[in-house]
This record gives sequence, C-alpha cells and structure tokens, in this order.
Amino acid sequence: MTNEELLEIVNKEAEDNAKFRYRLGVCNVTGCIASRSNELVAGLQAEVKSRGLENEIQIKKVGCMGLCAAGPIISVEPEGIFYREMTPEEAGAVIDSLGKEPLHEKIIDTANEPFFARQEKNALENSGVIDPERIEDYIASGGYSTLIHAITEMTSTDVIQEVLTSGLRGRGGAGYPTGLKWGTVAKVDSDLKYVVCNADEGDPGAFMDRSALESDPHRVLEGMAIAAFAVGASQGYLYIRAEYPTAIKRMKAAIKQAEKFGLLGQDICNTPFSFKVDVRLGAGAFVCGEETALINSIEGNRGMPSLRPPYPAESGLFEKPTLVNNVETFANIAGIIKKGGKSFAKTGTAKSKGTKVFALTGKIKNTGLIEVPMGITLREIVYDIGGGIPNGRKFKAIQTGGPSGGCIPAEHLDTPVDYESLKALGSMMGSGGMIVIDDTSNMIDMAHYFMEFSMQESCGKCAPCRVGTVQLYNLLGKFQQGEATEEDLVTLEELCDVVRNTSLCGLGQAAPNPIISTMRYFRSEYMEKIKPSAPLAKEESR
Amino acid sequence: MLITNRKIAPPDSDKRWKIVEATMRKQGYSPTALIETLHTIQESFGYISDEALEFASDSLNVPPSKAYGVATFYNLFNMIPLGEHVFSLCTGTACYVKGAGEVLEFMKTEYGLEPGQTTPDNKLSFVEARCVGCCGLAPVMLLDGTVVGKLTPDQMKQRIQEWMSHDQ
Repeated sequence: MTNEELLEIVNKEAEDNAKFRYRLGVCNVTGCIASRSNELVAGLQAEVKSRGLENEIQIKKVGCMGLCAAGPIISVEPEGIFYREMTPEEAGAVIDSLGKEPLHEKIIDTANEPFFARQEKNALENSGVIDPERIEDYIASGGYSTLIHAITEMTSTDVIQEVLTSGLRGRGGAGYPTGLKWGTVAKVDSDLKYVVCNADEGDPGAFMDRSALESDPHRVLEGMAIAAFAVGASQGYLYIRAEYPTAIKRMKAAIKQAEKFGLLGQDICNTPFSFKVDVRLGAGAFVCGEETALINSIEGNRGMPSLRPPYPAESGLFEKPTLVNNVETFANIAGIIKKGGKSFAKTGTAKSKGTKVFALTGKIKNTGLIEVPMGITLREIVYDIGGGIPNGRKFKAIQTGGPSGGCIPAEHLDTPVDYESLKALGSMMGSGGMIVIDDTSNMIDMAHYFMEFSMQESCGKCAPCRVGTVQLYNLLGKFQQGEATEEDLVTLEELCDVVRNTSLCGLGQAAPNPIISTMRYFRSEYMEKIKPSAPLAKEESR
Repeated sequence: MLITNRKIAPPDSDKRWKIVEATMRKQGYSPTALIETLHTIQESFGYISDEALEFASDSLNVPPSKAYGVATFYNLFNMIPLGEHVFSLCTGTACYVKGAGEVLEFMKTEYGLEPGQTTPDNKLSFVEARCVGCCGLAPVMLLDGTVVGKLTPDQMKQRIQEWMSHDQ
C-alpha cells in the first residue's frame, strides 16, 4: 500500500458516500448492543428497504458516542441531530422524519448539553463517527496516512522526538512519559524487539479501552505500528481481556484487514519495515495489567509479576526488549505524529498534557465515556458533564483509579484532574475509571469491597500482599460489624503502611489506597464503628 | 530444551480434540501455547477436565504441575462443568455501588446458590462476572452470555424469574 493507493480509497469512499442524502449512525458497541442496538440497525434497514430508499439513506453501525445513559443513540447526518434511547419500534418514525420535522421529544441538544459541548476528542476522534468494522472508513477519515508518512519520510528519532515533545504520559495509570519509554527501547541493541498493547482492562468500573478497541480498532493498530517503527520492533502482541468478546472480534478482523491492505506484515509500503500483530487473550487475572505479569502471561505462564530491574524495555517478552503501552496511549499516537507534538501539548497542564478518556459511572446522571482536557476540575466533570447526582441525593465522593486508587470527597472537587494533583489527594489517575458515590453509600463498605477484590486478585507471589490483603480485609470486617477496638485502628494503619511499602508490584503497593484515603477523608465513619472501650465493665467483672 | 516430535493421541475419539490440536499445531506445540490451548479446550468442551489438561500438558511438553498451576491461576478457566444455564452477575464497582449486592442475596435465598455453585438438577449455575465493561448500564447481569442492564435490583430479580421460568 502506497500513499497514492491510500488516496484512491479515500476518493472512492467519498464518492460512495456522496450518493446518499442521509446517513444514520447507530451506536454499536457492547453497552448499546445490550440495549438492542443490533435489532435497531436491522429495523432501520428493513424500513429503508420497504420504502425503496436504499440509495438515499445509509445505515451505518458506528462506535461509542459516549452517553451510555441515553443509548442506543442515532446520529442523523447532514442535520447533525442526535436521538436518545432509540428502540427498534421507532425505526420507521426516524426514517419518515428525514427531511421533515425531527422527532423533537427524542433529540439530544448536543450544542448546549455540556456532556457533549465540554469534551475535547483526540483518542476518541473517530469514535461514533466511523464504522469500526471497515478499514476503508478509517482510511477515508485520514487513517494510516500517518503511518505511511512516518515510515517513508521520518526517522525513528524524529518520531520519538515528536512523542517527547507532545508530553504524552502513559494512559494506563502510572503516567511514565511515553517518549522516554520509547527512547529506552529504541536504544537497546537486539535482533528482535516486541511491542505489546496492554488491553487487559481489569479495573472494575472502567471501560475506556473496551470502547476504544470496539469503536476504532485500526487507530490502536496504527499507533502500535508507528511505535514499532520508532523502537525497531517487528512483532506485536495485543493482550486483551477475554471478558470483551466484541472487542476481540473487531481487533482480530481489523488485523486481517490491515494485513490484506499491506498495512501490517512484511515490507510495509515497500520499505524494509515489517510488523506483525497477534492477539493473546487474558483469562481473568487483574494482576496481568502489571507489565511484567502481562509478559509472563503471554509466555504461557501464571501471570505473576517479576522484580524490576531488568525493565521490559531491556529484557521483557522472551527476554527481548519490549515496549508495553496501554490502548489509550497507542490511540493518541497517530494524532500526535499527524498534528505534531506541540499541538497536542497545547492542551492540559504543565506536567499532564493532552486529553484523557474517563469512564463516568455510579450515582451520576450522565453515565458514559468522556474525553476531556487534562486540568479540568472534578466539579466540572461531575456537575457539568455528568449532570450531577440523580434522585435528589447528595454527592459524597468520587472514586478514581479503581482498586488502586482512592475516594475524593466534596471539599476537593475543585482539584484539577492531572497525575500529580490526584496523587496528592491520595488517589491516582489510574486508567480512567470514575465512580461517583452518593450519601447512601458507606465508606467502610467501599473500602471493604475494594480490599476483597485486591485479596482475591493477589497473585500470591509476595507475602505482604498475599497475607496483608487478607488481614486488612478481616480488619475492615470488624469495623463493619462494629466489633473493632482502638487497637484495631492502629493495626489497620500500620498494616496499610507495611503492605504499601513492601509489596512486590503495583497491585500490593496500591491495595491499601482505598483504606488510606477513606480513613483520611471519612475518619469519623471508622471512629463510629469502634466499640467503646469499657474499662469500667472490666473492673466490675473482677 | 528437549523437543520430541512424538504425537500424543487425544483421550478419545471426540471430534472436538481436533480443534484443540489445531490450536497447538498453529503454535508449533510450543510450551508458550498453554494458555491459548486452555482457552480452546474451554470453548470446545465448556470446562477443562483432568484428561484435557493432561493431554495439553503432554502435547506441549509442559509439566502437569505447571499446567494445573496455570489453569487454576486464572479466574476464567472452569475446572468443573457448568449447568445448562449460566447466570453471571457483574461485581464491578459501578454495579456494586448500584446494588448488585441485593441480587447476590436474592440468588442465595431464591435458588440457594452462592457464586460458583450449580443447582443439584444441573439447570442453573451462578457465577460472578468480572467487570464486563458496561458500567454505563450498571447494575449489569448476563443471562446465558447476553448482557442485560439499566434495571433496578428489583427489576433484575423479576427478570431472572421470568428467564428461569421459560425453561420449565
């Protein structure tokens, strides 16, 4: 595939699309499929056919449009109308409304609804716009031109420099500068190097990566290929959770299409650059999100982390230099190379550049997927974009970073969202799950829930995590039952400290965070549960 | 490393072993193909039996202790068969916050099932699903693999009863 051939596809797609007077896009990712999106698509197609309008109205399955609470959503082009909560029964009415009065009661006012107006898209640029199952559609929206440009007109140093300039940091949660990581792998001399995409989104309550993979699979592949070119890798692995069947299906299909088009495989674009991608399925182990555990899992072993150093950049998969990045990190790459690192760095804060995708869920009106500039405040996310707390309840806390993160209370809602600020509050950016908790929830129960998760997911390799999480879980149980003593509170704090400082990997080191943060902001809830010490009773019993 | 080209015969004449063999062959019977092979076994047979595990371990030259270790390490692999119908309840954070716990209790009182258990008549298995990534629809459950969301815990209970009664 050369640039000219790519342009041919772009032109042909434009020609094909110009034939249609209207285009209806229907959200078709896991969430909306559960809300009968497939039946809706079939219904629309049948209605179009029965009216003989196949050449005028195009029905297109597209990716996530973000507002899961209102799914499935239909977008109508060229009008730019969005309809909410569409059912297959309403298919006929939509078709009949085209060119006439729109269905007013179903319209989402995207221009004034902050959920849409306040977002800024990079990684999700094509999400909800293109058909994720057609490579032609991705190419027509400018896809793969960046890869071709990079491998034919740039050096690997140029590419890495551009990523460095962008200030992009790892979107999996740790926030390590992506350009530096790439530079390290590029410098190591080796006959074989690997690029691994971490799509093991195990954080319960987060679905950014699932959505990105299902909505725009080629964007992730293009990012991986550019990374491979930059670091000198020839083999890639996409390690994806088995719990995401639709994402797996779409990624596998996308790899096949890209190979067929000569955009993956041997001598891409008649250059010496070759890159192949294989899919590896996870099997339900949260710890495999840790890069060394993930590498062990790809090698067919138990997904247990290894001590670093050596870092995967030097000795990773099959003891070869390996670049491991998260899905969202790769999804940002094509945009950075295309528009330049400087343009990406314009958005965000001093240390956290660009935009970040969050999964907004829990007790909030607009549940869904959002991409916002770094530095936006939590209050803007909860009350403007999220629409506030439903059922007249009161905001209590927002949980970020999943089982490794913490709960942030109302008094810190004006904190800007960036890696450092969230860490200072005792939480973390994490991969992007944000769960809103209202005043009906008890914070000890929340901490207990997360500790149960970490306890079950502890791989058992190191004692602080294997034993510590169980003890923390039991201690929290005592608080829940109101059986705790003053001494238990001291033990709880001490044990959090031990587990945090002595565990082998991120899972154990971060596991106490939900307890530490709830003790910090909701200490009274713990104090209430302490049994009044009864020295008098003891006296009497003597 | 000692690699023999001896071909291991499948445990019986069941055609599904051919699918399992194809997975292993595709990866050159490399020991690193263990997890992929276990996935194929579970997809084909619904669970990983002792004989299937032995077959994989022999074919891939992986010690049985390691094969068993890997199979039991990952949550997704079932070492015992599931019932005719499978009810999975998502226990992710968003679902937990929105009341999945009530449904967990309901399964206990109504069907006597704790997560991981199957009814004595082998009709229904109850499993805890790890977050399925539909948090926007929380709380979420899967009825034989179909995601059902956007319901209150009470509506979920009703839906489960309807779903179960279809089969009787």
